[in-house]
Amino acid sequence: MAAQLFESVYDVTGRDFTNAGRASTAIKDTLKRLGVPPAVVRRVAIASYEAEMNVVMYATRGRILLQVSPQDVTLEVADEGPGIENIELAMQEGYSTATQEMREMGFGAGMGLPNIRRNADEFDLTSEVRRGTRLFIRVKQAA
Amino acid sequence: MAAQYHHSLRIDADRCDGCMSCLRACPTAAVRVRKGRAITLEDRCIDCGECIRVCPRIAVLPLTDQLADLSKFDCTIAVPSPTLYAQFDAETLPGVITAALKKCGFSDVECVSSACDVAKIATEMFLNDYRGEYPLISSFCPTVVRLVQVKYPELVGQLMPVLAPREIAARDAKARKSVETGLPPERIGAVYIAPCPSKMVAILEHPGMRRSYLDTAVSISDLFQTLAAAVAHVSEPVDNLDAGETASGVGWAFLGGLPSFLPAENTLAVAGLPNLIRILDDVEKGRLRKYAYIECHACAEGCVGGPLTVEDPYVARAKTIKLMQKLPAGPAVDRRVIERRYRDEGFLMDEPLASRPLQPLDEDISRAITKMKERDRIFAGLPRIDCGACGAPTCRAFAEDIVLGGAEEGNCVFFYQRELDNRIEDLARLVQVHKSNEGGVQ
Repeated sequence: MAAQLFESVYDVTGRDFTNAGRASTAIKDTLKRLGVPPAVVRRVAIASYEAEMNVVMYATRGRILLQVSPQDVTLEVADEGPGIENIELAMQEGYSTATQEMREMGFGAGMGLPNIRRNADEFDLTSEVRRGTRLFIRVKQAA
Repeated sequence: MAAQYHHSLRIDADRCDGCMSCLRACPTAAVRVRKGRAITLEDRCIDCGECIRVCPRIAVLPLTDQLADLSKFDCTIAVPSPTLYAQFDAETLPGVITAALKKCGFSDVECVSSACDVAKIATEMFLNDYRGEYPLISSFCPTVVRLVQVKYPELVGQLMPVLAPREIAARDAKARKSVETGLPPERIGAVYIAPCPSKMVAILEHPGMRRSYLDTAVSISDLFQTLAAAVAHVSEPVDNLDAGETASGVGWAFLGGLPSFLPAENTLAVAGLPNLIRILDDVEKGRLRKYAYIECHACAEGCVGGPLTVEDPYVARAKTIKLMQKLPAGPAVDRRVIERRYRDEGFLMDEPLASRPLQPLDEDISRAITKMKERDRIFAGLPRIDCGACGAPTCRAFAEDIVLGGAEEGNCVFFYQRELDNRIEDLARLVQVHKSNEGGVQ
């Protein structure tokens, strides 16, 4: 039997706080309809929301590719934007480059990327300054 | 495995004319119109009663009990929702209404105000010891519990396990009445006077409890006429006009009226299903962790907006506020006594709350993936105007119904029209070919 793979793409617009979070809601609903276990749905939901908000807050535009197979769920989030100068620093809990405006909205605690990594079984973050950032995560369906 | 569901409403097929009002109003897409009649999908229905509100033919009937059905008990205790008082003029105080309830055949009345204060203290004590995920989600509204079980199974562990005030009141009342009358508790019926059908389901299904302390529910709307007539006949001086109700107790009837027992910056108060769904989506995405507690009501404005009430929700809210000014502030209970009872008898649910997630497209994820692709392929060809003519509330739901075998593409009027147009074109082409052939022969 051919390998089963479901794919879906979600566009995210930078600075669009009104629609921020819609992609992760859609991703979460899709996973539930596919019968992905609730605990996995929750981990993906938290990771995709943090990733989506990073695009909204920092980038010009971005695209989330969701792939679901019977074994795992993966997200690839690629954006066009300022990129991350120092990834090691960005991964530290509490480190944030959020503006005052973002902090007013309850973001910028410096927990986004660490939170994504905590909820992922595989995590890969690459970036090119003034070009953009690419994040890949995998969450396994079975223990 | 077929799950067993209790529901609190029934659609009368003789009255239903398939007008689609309920199809459009249902917040969980649980209604379909098949062969001109509305039906409900049992696993999706959360008993919110929105269909009862909008049905122009009064074809959606709540399955609450009637007063006449109460003769099966030797002794009946009415447990009125605080919303009941808001159906009457604010000059008609709880003491008069409870006296009238006794005239309607109830042996006794147990007010929930002190149970509300007990629940509040129990909630505080639970939160003090709690070390799990935040925020906790209030569980006194059965529709909220059902919504979480069905749509947010992973959040079931965040539902507040403190018993609802109506259950605490029923438990206390039965114990007291049993001593008073010498009757065994099972011969005593505790009857909730309910603003909505979901309380009936909560009694039948008793989520998180081995059994409900309430035995049945009578709706405010069914009771209203009889009760209003009885109120007019309460002539003797009523010695206890507040009947044990307090401002802090009746405040539970509306959104945010639950006097804040937690620092305000740590709590949210949310009402109305579309708002709840949005907030619970955020909770699931881990967004609202800094809040300790969310007070959740399925109905707009809270229980005063219940579908089985008679007064307008906004008027009922104003009347409740007016009533609160006339009642003792509360709390009506001794905190130390409650703290001791919390440790001794407990005010928490005695069973874990189970989730009951919607059936996925298929139990087997490989097949579910195939069906999801098929669903999206069908959806791409649909008009996406959610007209409802096919009997499903949205084009997306229709595409899913097709994949699950509950509908076929021909049910879509646009699909049907397109097929028809294609046939007509084919026919026209045939005629053309035929004509030109005839021409060739000559």
